[in-house]
This record gives sequence, structure tokens and C-alpha cells, in this order.
Amino acid sequence: MSDEKNPVPLRSRPLLRELMIFGVVSFVLLISLAIAPSKNYFSDWRHHQNTFLKMASQRQNGTLVRSFQGGIHQTWIPKLGVVDRCETCHVNMTGALEGSYSQPYRKHPPIPHNLDEFGCTVCHRGQGVATSVEEAHYASESWEQPLLPARYLESGCGQCHLGEMEGTPRLKEGRQLLANMGCVHCHNVTQPDGNILKPTDDPPPLTRIAEKTTREWVYAWIKNPQAYAAQATMPNFGLSDQDAADVSAFLISQSNPSTTSAAKTSMPADKADASGVDKKATEAATLYGASFCSSCHAVQNAAGNLVGGTVGPELTRVGTKVNPAWLQRWLSNPPEYDPVTRMPHYRFDGKQLALLQGFLLAKKDDDFLPKAPLPAASGESIARGKKLVTEDGCAACHQINGVKAPQNFAPSLARVGSRALAQVVFAPGMKHTLPDYLAGKIRDPRSFGPGLKMPKFTLTDQQMDSLTTALLAQSDRAAGMPQEMIISAARTTDYHAGGDAGRLMEDLKCLSCHTINGNGGDMAPELTREGSSVQRAWLEEFLKNPNTLRPALIRRMPKFNLTPAETKILSDYILGAYQAPGFDSATLDQSKLNADAASRGKQLFYSKYGCQSCHIADYKNDKGYVGPALTSVGRRLTPVWTYKWLKDPATLRPGTLMPNFGLKDDEARDLTAFLMTLKAAQGGGK
Amino acid sequence: MKRLQITIIAMAVLIAGCKQSATPALQPAKYGAKIAEVGGSKQVAQVGSGLAQPVVVQVNGADGNPVVGALVAFHGEGVQFNPAQALTDASGQVTAAVQLGFNAGDYQIVAETPKSGGGSDSLTLHETALGYEQTLGQAVNAKYCIRCHDNESTPERVSNFDNLSPAPHLFTDGATLNRVSDADLTSLIAHGGAALGKSPQMPAYSSTLKPAEIKAVVAYMRTVADPPYQAPGVKYGK
Repeated sequence: MSDEKNPVPLRSRPLLRELMIFGVVSFVLLISLAIAPSKNYFSDWRHHQNTFLKMASQRQNGTLVRSFQGGIHQTWIPKLGVVDRCETCHVNMTGALEGSYSQPYRKHPPIPHNLDEFGCTVCHRGQGVATSVEEAHYASESWEQPLLPARYLESGCGQCHLGEMEGTPRLKEGRQLLANMGCVHCHNVTQPDGNILKPTDDPPPLTRIAEKTTREWVYAWIKNPQAYAAQATMPNFGLSDQDAADVSAFLISQSNPSTTSAAKTSMPADKADASGVDKKATEAATLYGASFCSSCHAVQNAAGNLVGGTVGPELTRVGTKVNPAWLQRWLSNPPEYDPVTRMPHYRFDGKQLALLQGFLLAKKDDDFLPKAPLPAASGESIARGKKLVTEDGCAACHQINGVKAPQNFAPSLARVGSRALAQVVFAPGMKHTLPDYLAGKIRDPRSFGPGLKMPKFTLTDQQMDSLTTALLAQSDRAAGMPQEMIISAARTTDYHAGGDAGRLMEDLKCLSCHTINGNGGDMAPELTREGSSVQRAWLEEFLKNPNTLRPALIRRMPKFNLTPAETKILSDYILGAYQAPGFDSATLDQSKLNADAASRGKQLFYSKYGCQSCHIADYKNDKGYVGPALTSVGRRLTPVWTYKWLKDPATLRPGTLMPNFGLKDDEARDLTAFLMTLKAAQGGGK
Repeated sequence: MKRLQITIIAMAVLIAGCKQSATPALQPAKYGAKIAEVGGSKQVAQVGSGLAQPVVVQVNGADGNPVVGALVAFHGEGVQFNPAQALTDASGQVTAAVQLGFNAGDYQIVAETPKSGGGSDSLTLHETALGYEQTLGQAVNAKYCIRCHDNESTPERVSNFDNLSPAPHLFTDGATLNRVSDADLTSLIAHGGAALGKSPQMPAYSSTLKPAEIKAVVAYMRTVADPPYQAPGVKYGK
């Protein structure tokens, strides 16, 4: 304002120095303006698209090149929250350009879903919106979910598919392990549809443990369960000698007073004279085999391999464990000691009991027991043992007197597949990703810091991968999936038969092996429709003396030594209650099952359909080993069942191996007529 | 000036630190002449997962006896080894756990040992990785096909192979099956042997298996074929 009278004269041209500054500033401005477009121009994805176009123009006529649209390719699926730009670089997902290429031009391998309907990150994780290789694939401070390693990929499937599925063995095994290794006793695993995984293992109650075994055995067992039974699901709690001594003292002390162990029976095997020992041993081994104990129990053979099933405990060292009197009582009536055991009540007679008892007690391994005698169980020791038992959560799995089953003992795993890394404490030296954390936690839980309670489980590398896969499926994305996309697991029922037959079936533990109405095991055929299937005479004979239908099978129905009255109760119930709908006489005109039809059926059986490749109709000529022998099928099955079975086996027994041959009505009828003529005496001919 | 000095010192320390952390290359104590497989080839596993059995190789000297302390290095595109290189143990062997890569198909593993006069001897092993489709095919195979199309028995499953005449083709029989087109295999499985003038012992599975499952079985057969299957048509690759 004061210069108004003396204005600075206007200069006609700027100084050189000003020009230079102006020039530099303009240049910098231009450069900085060019940064964004050139970053875009020189981006990874543009490079990949150009390379792809170059390959395409060399190898195909111009259609692919002409129809290619450059730029960002984005899949947007609002209901899944998917914004994926992966196909910007991975331009050949559909395989439009034929041939095998390395990434990012590789065709996506075939999967049951359309890529456009699900996008990429639902299964693969990674940062979908990113357009640089680094950001899309790897974790950064602002993005915690990098691309999932291929070995856990099935977790993607498990976010919607909550049940068993063919083609995803890792996921299936992982979920089975969660239920079977005891994980879900302590951890809550709630699936997105609200289904809570239930344990399928069967930890024994410890309320009467003093009857069953000794403190020395308990001590050695809790110190290292796998030293006793290689496949034991009981984890290793890493107890010190003192801890184990105290816990064993407490467990024995809390046990209900024994009712029978005072009346110790002397072992009959001890009295046997030397010449009878060998004979007895052979007889006992035969009884063990004929009772099909090995269908459920494993024993280590001379070569050190476990042979047998995993339903019950391994018996290699059982003689070191059990009290002889308890064993005899257990063998004579298992549900009396543990009402929910899966072991059936065989009706062994006194001689058989003595044989089996001697046979099992001879399976000793005294190296397993502690060398030095344990310190006596003082009150202090028992109190400390109780504290340890309570703190370690033993009661989460086992029933123990005076210790309540803890609630929410371990963190919920319902959303563990998306746990924020900020909430995670990594063990030293491990990669900071969620899959590595989960795998590490399963491998060695106590390495994550002192004072952690989770015990160490004995798992193979593959089982650990499977468990990690199943846990990664418990993600936030899964929980937020639209409900119509969720495919729930087949619900098991808690079906049990009622009445006298029900009590008898409970005693024989039929459901340990057979499934009926959605409840039971899978070792033996489903029986839901058995009543429509078999003839009464055959069924009664079979229950009395179960001979095998499948010569090649090592697992068979054991002989329970049922009384005639029990056989009748069971047969009546099976034939009455387990009927399938639509099995009336209108289904099949039985008057047409004549000799003519039978001879046509024989033709079909041997020539057109080659049934003898899997079944034996005549022991002289046929050798098929896959299906059951049919030599006496005319006495076993009802004609209507046979006819319907031939037409569509899978509806009558889901999961059967027998293919559906798409038989015409008259073919099925002729085959039925032929099969009904096969009435050889049971078990005969072989 | 002082700041520059500090920077230089810091850089020097950093570089020295980096050098320290790099794993030193193993030095062979002895040299062998020949490398041989003990076990672990031709395994099948899912993509990205570890093989059930480790790969075991043995280094022998010129006299044919195992050499202790010879260096063995494993390579394979997309394959991870633990350890990737090691010295042979007391029995002249090296055992490595193998994890296959992300892509389905055939993987080559090369085990290499340096020879004393320079040069090296190497051994190539093949492993197979299954993608989703092949895994599904493997599951279908394990349930339906394997009983006749596999001549080995397990305690759980007695093979029916020897009971059949003409004998079924093993799925690994690439020499025969590679010459059959996908379309022919698919219709054989779907419509059975009799419908195509082959043995009626092969049942028709079109009413039992879904088309996707049949396709998956064919994909599985192609993956385990030995010699490896080559899809027809012009082959491009990068």
C-alpha cells in the first residue's frame, strides 16, 4: 500500500534465474504428473497381458487376440463379498489359449464350480483387489491373509461343504481327527450352520479305575500313552515323574470302592499242567480269532506292525494293564462296567472266559511299568494330584469322581481360520502366517511359551496338514456365507431300538458296527431295511451261527452265543421293524419266476452282465471275490428285495459297491428267477 | 562427515551380518561314482502336499560299495526338499522329505552327486501330484475300480484281478491305455464292456457314477499312467 506512489516498474521480461526456476518447477511438475500414468503403463498386469497377446497372436488365428479386452478384469460378487482382480494377470483361466504354460498363463484345473460364480479369493485367499504381484499374493501390514499354500486348499471347500465330500480327503480326515482325537472335548468347533462337532472317541470313565488297573500302570500310561499303545489318542501331557506319581495317586484314590476285586479268582491258566499249555494257547488264539476281536482291537505282530482295528484299545501289552479279576468280569459283561462302551456282550461260557483271560493276560510287557516303586500315596500327594487333574482338564474327556467337567476349557475354534494375527503369539523362528501358526500349534503346542496347557498329540505330518485344513475352513468368510450356499453335514440321529429287542441290541452293541436309521458304525452293512431283505429261516440261522457271505473279507460278524429265545426276539424285531416301503406283492409277479425265466436269467448272469466276475453262484466255476457269494441266495433274500436290488441297489443301501446296470424290468425278473434257484446249503462247497 | 562414517560402518556391519546368515555350502567328505535309488519314486500325492514316503538314494563308489560322506543335492521344479542337500550317512544313503508343487501332473526329481574327477552323476525320479479332479478320480477308483483293476491285495481288500479273464488293465498300464482316447474310455466306463464289444466283466457305470466322476476317473488314469500320458494335439508351452 505504501508503495502506491512508487510502484516497482513492470519488467518486460523475467530474469534468467527466474526462468530457470520456473523451468525446473515445470519439469518437476510434468514428471510428477507422469508418475501415475507411467506406473500404470509399466505395471505388472499390463506386461502380462501384452505377453499373453503376443503368445496368442503367434499360436492362434486372430480371434482370441481381437476379442481380448485389455485393462483390469474384475469379478464382483456382492453376496460373497468378492472383489477379485486376479484374472487381470491370470488371463488364461478358462484355457482359451490352448497349451500348458507357467503362471500366470496357466489354465485353471477343472473344479465343480464356475469360476465367475465364486471368484478366486474364496478358496485361495490373498488380496483380491490388488493389482500387483506382491500385494495380491503376500501378506503385508495392512493385509493378513496371503495366498493359501496348496496343501491347505481344501479348506476353501470346507467353508460351504460342512459334511463329507469325495475328492477332498484332507478336509475329511481333518474333521474326523477333530472329532476323534478329542480336540472337541475341550475346544468348541461350531460350524457355520450352527452344528457343533461332537467327539466320536470314547474316553473311558475313571470312576472305577482301581478295579481295572494298578497305580503303576496309570503312572506309566499318563507319562507316555504312546509307549503303551502306538495309536492311542490320549495325548502326552509332558508330566514330570512327581506329577505322574501325584496324578496316579489321586486317580486311584477317587475310584469307587471295588466290589469284586477283593474276591480275586485264581487264574485257571496257572494251574494248567505243562503239556496242556500249548494246546490251550492254540485254543485261545482260535477263540480270539473266531470272536473277531481283531476287527476292533489291534495287536503288534512279530514284525512290529499293528494288525487289527482301531475301535477299541490296542491289546499288545494288555496283560500289564488289567487286573485279572476285572478282565474276567469285563469279558463276561462289558456294559456292566461301562454302559456306553462299544464292546458287545459276548455270551462266553466259563471255559471260553478262562481261555480268553489267559490269552490276554499273557500279553505282558513289564518294561512298560516304572522300574522303581512309586512313593506311597500320601494325602498331600493326592491333593496335588487332584489339583493337576483339575488344571490339566482331564475331566473334559474322562468322568472322574470329585472333579467337574470344565466348561469352555479351551478357546473356541469356531472362527480360528480367520484369527487376526495381532491376537496370535508366534513361537520363535516360525513364519508369521496363520496356517504356519495352526500347524505349529498342532505339532508342538507347548513350544509357544511356558505354562500352556494343550498337550502334545501324536500325529503324522499328513494328519497335521489335514487338521490345519479343517481348522482353516472355520473362517469369518464361512460364517458370513449366505445360508443358501451352506451344505450341511448329514445329521446323525440318536436312534435306538425300543423294547426287549432294543435292550438286547444295546447289550450286543449292534450299532457299534451296523447303522440303523442314521445311527451307528460303518464296519458292517446297514440294517435299516434288513427286514425286507432277508428270509426268516436264514436270519435265525445266521444269528445263531454267523457264517460269512464274503469269503475274502477278514472282518465278520462274531458269534455271540445267543439263546434260541434271544434269536427269536431279534429276528421278530428285524423282520417287523426294519421294513422298506413298497415291498408288496404288486412289485413283482412271483408266478413269473419259473424255470424258463431262470434259464434266461442264467444267460444274463453269465453272458450279458458277467456277474460271475464279482459273485460266486457256483463254487466249481466262479471265482468273483468282490460281492457276497450267491450260492445260497435263494434261501437268504426275498424275491422282491432281489428284484428291486438288481434294478437300483444304491437306493436300498446307499454307498453300495454294486453298480446300477440299468436293467429292464424283464431282465431283472429273469435274473431274480435264476438267483432264487440257488439254494445250496449255507457255507457249503468251500 | 560423522554421519557418513556412521552410515558406512552400519552398512558394513549389515553386509557382514547378511553374509554370516547365508547357509554355508556343504562340502563333500568323499566322492562317489554312481547314485542309485533306494526308494520313494512313483508316489502319488495331492498338489502341494508331502509324499507319504521320503525319497532315499544311495551313493556308490566305483567298486560298487556305498560311500559315506558324499554330497547329494536334490532339484525339482516346484518341489521342496528337506534337506535339499546332505552328506550320505553311515550306510551311504540320503533321505529327504519331498513336498510337491502347486500344479497337478508329473514331477521330476533329480538327485545329483559330484564325482571325484569333476562332473557329477545324477538320477531322475518321477512323482505324481493330483489336482482336485484327479483326487476325486482317485477316490472313485479306490471305491469301485481298484478291486479288479489293481492286482495287489491288502488285508482289507482282496484283489479280484486274478479271478478275471481276460485280465483287466491296470490303470498304470500307460502302454495300452494311452492309446485309448478320452471319449472311448468314458463310454467304456459309462456303457460297460459288453456294449463296446469288450469283456462283459466290465459293468456299465452310467447309472451309478455321475458324468463328473467318470471324467475324474479318466483324469486320474491319465495322471498315473506309466509311461506318462501325452494329450493329443499340438503342444505349446512356455
